[in-house]
Amino acid sequence: MMIGSLERPRDPGRALSPGARLVVAAPYLWLAAFFLVPFLIVLKISLSETAIAVPPYTPVLDLAAGLEGVRNFIAGLSFANYVTLAGDNLYIFSYLKSLKVAAIATALLLACGIPLAYAMARAPRRAQPLLVMLVVLPFWTSFLIRVYAWVNILQHDGLLNQALLGLGLTAEPLTWLATDTAVYIGLVYSYLPFMVLPLYASFEKQDETLLEAAADLGCPRWKAFFVVTLPLAARGIAAGALLCFVPIVGEFVVPDLLGGSRSAMIGQTLWTEFFANKDWPVASAVAVVLLALLMAPIALYQHLQTRDLQASGTEGRR
Amino acid sequence: MRRLSLTNVVALGLGLAFLYAPIAILIIYSFNASRLVTVWGGWSLRWYAALAGDRAMIEAALASLGVAAVSAALATMLGTMAAVALTRLRFRGRTPFAAMIYAPLVMPEVITGLSLLLLFVAVSLDRGFLTIIIAHTTLTMCFVTVVVQSRLAGFDRSLEEAAMDLGCPPGRTFFAITLPLIAPAVVAGFLLAFSLSLDDLVVASFTTGPGATTLPIRIYSEVRLGVKPEINAVCTIFIAVVAVAVVAASLIEKGRNGKTA
Repeated sequence: MMIGSLERPRDPGRALSPGARLVVAAPYLWLAAFFLVPFLIVLKISLSETAIAVPPYTPVLDLAAGLEGVRNFIAGLSFANYVTLAGDNLYIFSYLKSLKVAAIATALLLACGIPLAYAMARAPRRAQPLLVMLVVLPFWTSFLIRVYAWVNILQHDGLLNQALLGLGLTAEPLTWLATDTAVYIGLVYSYLPFMVLPLYASFEKQDETLLEAAADLGCPRWKAFFVVTLPLAARGIAAGALLCFVPIVGEFVVPDLLGGSRSAMIGQTLWTEFFANKDWPVASAVAVVLLALLMAPIALYQHLQTRDLQASGTEGRR
Repeated sequence: MRRLSLTNVVALGLGLAFLYAPIAILIIYSFNASRLVTVWGGWSLRWYAALAGDRAMIEAALASLGVAAVSAALATMLGTMAAVALTRLRFRGRTPFAAMIYAPLVMPEVITGLSLLLLFVAVSLDRGFLTIIIAHTTLTMCFVTVVVQSRLAGFDRSLEEAAMDLGCPPGRTFFAITLPLIAPAVVAGFLLAFSLSLDDLVVASFTTGPGATTLPIRIYSEVRLGVKPEINAVCTIFIAVVAVAVVAASLIEKGRNGKTA
């Protein structure tokens, strides 16, 4: 159990001191105002209709008109935008494409991240902080720049094609940019640190004597990796996979700069509805459905985070 | 001394090469004398010189630094408070609070951006630097919380308990005992918030208004039209600044640890 120790241990019903109350209230109110309330507004506008006005939707809640205003407001709400989403293949394909891309990219990230994280955890202890820093350093440089760096490489007369032509592996330049392959490369590249760090943390914690025991019992090393190391790292694998999967579903920058224009991911669709078509209600409905799709993985991620925190909290008290 | 197997060495080598090669290529090509980005025309600083005359780009960079500094400072304060609240205080509504802290970490940026914009429109707050700062503070404070929280959960609480047993009030205990102990995490949280804000394109695009152009918005509008050598130069400067800051921060922390250990 985590019992506050800045505040003296006490019965939970008692009020906090004024200072402690401020410590809770300031971030709480900030997040309520700028994280929670905005979602309610999105939900409300997704039930509105597009209008040529400022703001470009109707009905607008008119509190000055009192109860009559509220009644008019509720009467004006409609599910028309959701009917539009369900009836138009563009949106359905966009959602499916996003889920597919995120699932494949997460699988690729696991395939690249597990060997890298495992090798980091097996490296000499003194070298590990350096290796962690080397993996984190690209994460500190701009996401946009890292995606853009691949445009340099993948474009038609870019370095990849020059290298392939030079080595005689291909007779004519291949198309890389504006393909799904380019999107996967970009996603794996930009999300790799998010995958490697939780994996490394759980590999690093493991007791090596378990592997020695497995070896003593005649288990070959590669098999011990699959029957001992990986199952023990299940939590890290889940955390890394969720930390990548959820944002990738809504990813905008990578598919926009590296992907083709033929089939958009849902983040791009939302962007287009908002910026190009100026259809705020439909953009809001797209966001609400996207959030509904991601609710389960987000809740799972929160559950893992909270459990981890409690585990490390009890360790700290020992 | 442990020895790495060949597979592990190959995994490390390939992994790091994959992470660094694109950045290295971008840096090298920023010194390319040729206007054609794919043809090597010898070493030159001409794109850096061209950049010095690009007022719009310089203004965008300064604006970004300002937004990042203010929003990271706010996010560090709020995020540290939230971390203390979650690890040290019991209060009603803790579960929804924790949910609001962890959700923005994985929330797709398009949703965060759109929802904040609609809030600003609903309360008719003019969009500009103020709205970007509010948005970035909201976005980054949760990262600060996670960084500070792990430090708070990990350290020995008997020091805090001893101070309070000796009659030190909780507020003073925090500033005299707890804050110095978690300072490296607070600094790391600030740097993380700063770099996330400096980097953000999507949320800034939604919450910006006329006249408020940050560096990523500016870079993005150029990059959409294709690769340009000037952009390689901007990116190289950006990477150099970040790399120096991160290495300096880690050296400072190493020095501190060395002294205290």
